[in-house]
Amino acid sequence: MNWLLVAIIVGATTLKDILQAIAMRRHGEIHDFRPDALGPVLRLLARNRTIIASVVCSAVAFFAFLRLVSTADLSFAVPATAASFVLETILAKYVLKEHVGPARWTGACLVACGVALLSL
Amino acid sequence: MTSPPPHSKTIVLTLVVVLSNVIGNFALSRGMRGTTLGSPLGYIQALVNPWVAAGVFLLILWMLSQMALLSLADLSYVLPVTSIGYVLAAVAGRLFLQEQIAPTRWIGVLLIMSGVIIVGRTAHRTTTEPVR
Repeated sequence: MNWLLVAIIVGATTLKDILQAIAMRRHGEIHDFRPDALGPVLRLLARNRTIIASVVCSAVAFFAFLRLVSTADLSFAVPATAASFVLETILAKYVLKEHVGPARWTGACLVACGVALLSL
Repeated sequence: MTSPPPHSKTIVLTLVVVLSNVIGNFALSRGMRGTTLGSPLGYIQALVNPWVAAGVFLLILWMLSQMALLSLADLSYVLPVTSIGYVLAAVAGRLFLQEQIAPTRWIGVLLIMSGVIIVGRTAHRTTTEPVR
């Protein structure tokens, strides 16, 4: 059951981030951060189906994480979910077509190992 | 792929993403301490707690600031760079909650910081085409 929850958390987190990245790249760079300029941007994003799907994934990941930590130790939950760093970097390269060079691969792997060690 | 330092907007948004996540999680865990979530009513009662309400507000700010950051930087840049939050959470636990940090955890801190520095030196945006 715990590994199923880990798979749900990693899958939902990864999907959330990929969907958000797709939606924000389609939207384009946000230049103006004044409150009166942010209002229309937020209204536009709240109607965006990709963003809505990412919020649903976020909720799934959040409640699956709450369920996992209610039955398993945090020291199991956090390192197991660190796998999402590497998975998301792979998808960033092949789905988002980002140029992931050796520096980014190294960085993603170091961070994933670091998160796993940090939660021991 | 090494580039000049990222512009100030990327740095400011990265700071907002990291701080809202770390402080939001801290507020949420502080507010949830000793709370039992037996029924849906329990979740609503938990939201009345000022710490939980502040935590939820900060986590909404975290999501919005991460979306703004993704509008100007790659996902494969944002994820490792914002993971510095794990380090801040560990240091905050040591400083404010007097938690003991084992040597393996300090090695974890060093690995994350190395990853952040390595990725932070790459160009924050490598793509211009929207995803189909």
